[in-house]
Amino acid sequence: MIESTILRVGIAELNVLRGEGIIKTTGLGSCIGMTLYDPINQVGGLAHIMLPASRIARDANFNKAKYADTAIPELLDQMLSLGASRKNIHAKMAGGAQMFQIELDSMKIGYKNIVKCKEILKELNIPIRSEDTGGGVGRTIELNILNGSLSVRSIKYGIKEI
Amino acid sequence: MSNINKFEPFQLDVLQEIGNIGSGNATTALSNLINKSVDMKVPKVNFGPFSAITESLGDAEKAVIAVYLRVVGETPGNMYFLLSQKSANQLLSDVLQMDLINKKEYSDIEISALTEIGNILAGSYLSSLANLTHLKIFPSVPSLSMDMLGAVLSSGMLQSGQYDDYALLIETNFLEGSENVEGNFIFIPDPGSLHKIFHSLGVPIHD
Repeated sequence: MIESTILRVGIAELNVLRGEGIIKTTGLGSCIGMTLYDPINQVGGLAHIMLPASRIARDANFNKAKYADTAIPELLDQMLSLGASRKNIHAKMAGGAQMFQIELDSMKIGYKNIVKCKEILKELNIPIRSEDTGGGVGRTIELNILNGSLSVRSIKYGIKEI
Repeated sequence: MSNINKFEPFQLDVLQEIGNIGSGNATTALSNLINKSVDMKVPKVNFGPFSAITESLGDAEKAVIAVYLRVVGETPGNMYFLLSQKSANQLLSDVLQMDLINKKEYSDIEISALTEIGNILAGSYLSSLANLTHLKIFPSVPSLSMDMLGAVLSSGMLQSGQYDDYALLIETNFLEGSENVEGNFIFIPDPGSLHKIFHSLGVPIHD
C-alpha cells in the first residue's frame, strides 16, 4: 500500500499540495480553516487563519498566514505557482466558532474572521463552494487533494463532508 | 511599548517562580475544596510559536474541559484551568458528594460547579500574583468549554497574536494524591504585561 502524503498545518500557518494527499489542520476554534482548490489541476491549499486584518501587525516582516487579508492572497499565489489555474479555484471554509460564552469583544473574533474571509474571497472573485462556520464547537478539517472534498470533524457532531 | 522577543534565563526563572507561587496558592485552594492532598509539579514556562505552545500541552484535537477567564487590571492576560473529563468527574463527585464518575454530559448545576471551582482557583492564583507584585490584577467572569485543546487555547493567544507570532505560557500540572484528579493551571500574559511584572519585581529588561 502506498502511503499518501498528509501535510499538517499549524495555527497561523499555510501549505499547498498538488496531485494527491491530504492537508489537515486540527483544533480550529475562532480561527478559520480556509481551503482553496482547483479540481482540474488537482491543486489545493489550506490556511489556518487566526485574525481578520494585518493592519495591526507591528513590523513589515510579519507572518502572512496569520491574517485573513494576507493569508488568502498568499495561499492563492502559492497555488498558482504550483500549477493551479485562477479560473478553476473555489473555496471551502470552516471554523470561526465562539468557544466561550463571555461577552468580551475579543470573544467575537470568530464572527469577525468569517466576515473578513468572505470579504477577501469576494475581492479576489473566488466563489465559496461550501462552509461550516460559526457555532460553538472546535473543528478539525482535512482537504483531500484528489477530489477537493473537505471533511470536518467536531467532538459534538462527528465527521461530515462539505 | 515594545514587546519582549527573547528572554534571559533569569527572566524565565522569575516567570517560573510566578507560576510556582500562583499555582501553589491555587493548589492549596483545591486541596481545601476537596479535602484531599494535591501535589503540583514544577511549573514550565513555554515561549514559542502558537502551534508549538499548543503542542506543549498535548494533541490539539484532544478533548479537554477548560475553564477560561480573562485576567484584567494592570497585567492583562488569559487564564485556564484544564481537566480531562475523568478528572472533572472525580472533582465534581468530591465537591458535590455524589457519584458522577461515569458522567458524559453535564447538567447546568455541574457546569456551574466546575466553572466556580475554576473561578476560585484562578482567584487564588491571581491574588498571590497581585500580592507579590503589588499590582492590581483581577479575574473576570469565567466560562467553561468542553472541546478540542487547540480550539479552546487559541482564544487565549489572540492578544499575543495581534502583536507577535509568539506567545508565552506559564503552565503547572497538578495531581491529587490518589491521581484521580489531574489538570493544569495556565497563565498567558498579554505581551505588554511582562514588562509590568518584571518592572514591579525589579527585574532588569533589555529592549
